[in-house]
Amino acid sequence: MDELAAVAALNDPVRRELYRYVTSKGRPVGRNEAAEAAGVARPLAAFHLDKLVDAGLLEADFAHLTEKKGPGSGRPAKIYRRAPGEHQVSVPPRDYRTLALVLAEVVDLLGGDEVAEKAAHRIGARLGADSAAPSLADLLGERGYEPYDDEGVLRLRNCPFHVLAEEHPMLVCSMNLSLCQGLLEGRGDSSDARLDPRPGECCVVFSPEPSKTNQS
Amino acid sequence: MHLAQFNVAHMRAPIDDPLLADFVAALEPVNALADAAPGFVWRAIANEDDPEETITHDFGDHLLINYSIWESRESLWNFVYRSAHLAILQRRREWFQRVAEPYTVMWWVPDGEIPPLKEGWDRLALLKAKGPTSDAFTFKEFYEPNGDRA
Repeated sequence: MDELAAVAALNDPVRRELYRYVTSKGRPVGRNEAAEAAGVARPLAAFHLDKLVDAGLLEADFAHLTEKKGPGSGRPAKIYRRAPGEHQVSVPPRDYRTLALVLAEVVDLLGGDEVAEKAAHRIGARLGADSAAPSLADLLGERGYEPYDDEGVLRLRNCPFHVLAEEHPMLVCSMNLSLCQGLLEGRGDSSDARLDPRPGECCVVFSPEPSKTNQS
Repeated sequence: MHLAQFNVAHMRAPIDDPLLADFVAALEPVNALADAAPGFVWRAIANEDDPEETITHDFGDHLLINYSIWESRESLWNFVYRSAHLAILQRRREWFQRVAEPYTVMWWVPDGEIPPLKEGWDRLALLKAKGPTSDAFTFKEFYEPNGDRA
């Protein structure tokens, strides 16, 4: 499946809503639940969910959605979650990713990570100051972090720098933290950004109060 | 096969220096985190009764050694970069010197086998001498148990 076709599969309001709903949950979602969230009938939701699987944007599996086991528990239900991998389309072609990988390598070779963190902070502050987003969560959403509330702490479902973070985790996570702290400064927000990574999520979390343990 | 990892860190001061106090204080919680991490198999422990005691060795002064065994690349990666360990790692410059040569190495060991500490040092020397190979490699240039480059 080429990149353009994968992205083009989202060119349908119902499909987009289903994709948005499934990826916002951070857990597999069944057909009934997705249909309800998108406000469409179950067969239509199933059709579009499977199209998203064909396009490589979601992946499907089968699981029992209820605790019931044994006879009477019925067939396992089809469930959907975000597929790994990313799809990037630029017209005309642009390739910032390769250049970013080269620059990360350069920072590494020069031992320049502290300078890189300072630069990330500055750019974050500028982005934070320039943004018209009404809330921090809106700003983080605009920047692709997919924020969600976790018992008063703002966690980020998505790492916008995933490919780079796989190659240079320490550099990219440190720069990302600095960028996020810059965003807060630029907004004049007194929240605290710190590293608290989980598998499959972004490394930064935000707490409303400055924490005493944060050293960065 | 299990994944063994060995790394050395060049401390900026002796381990009992106040400069390293925060690091020493983090040893117990971070080691506890490792022990409870999914896919954790084994780690070298200096003293069962004192979690802050570090491993003694003859490899050089002010060198801190970490040596552990994991079920997979993913389990080690998730501990190193996707747990509270990352915040400690992020402060490494406060406590450890920047070194240009490789300071961490990985290799595959048969399940249940724990090679002696010296082997870690030798694998690191191999990595320094030959670059990444299936016998001594890194996260960035990783090799599968069958010898294929990942």
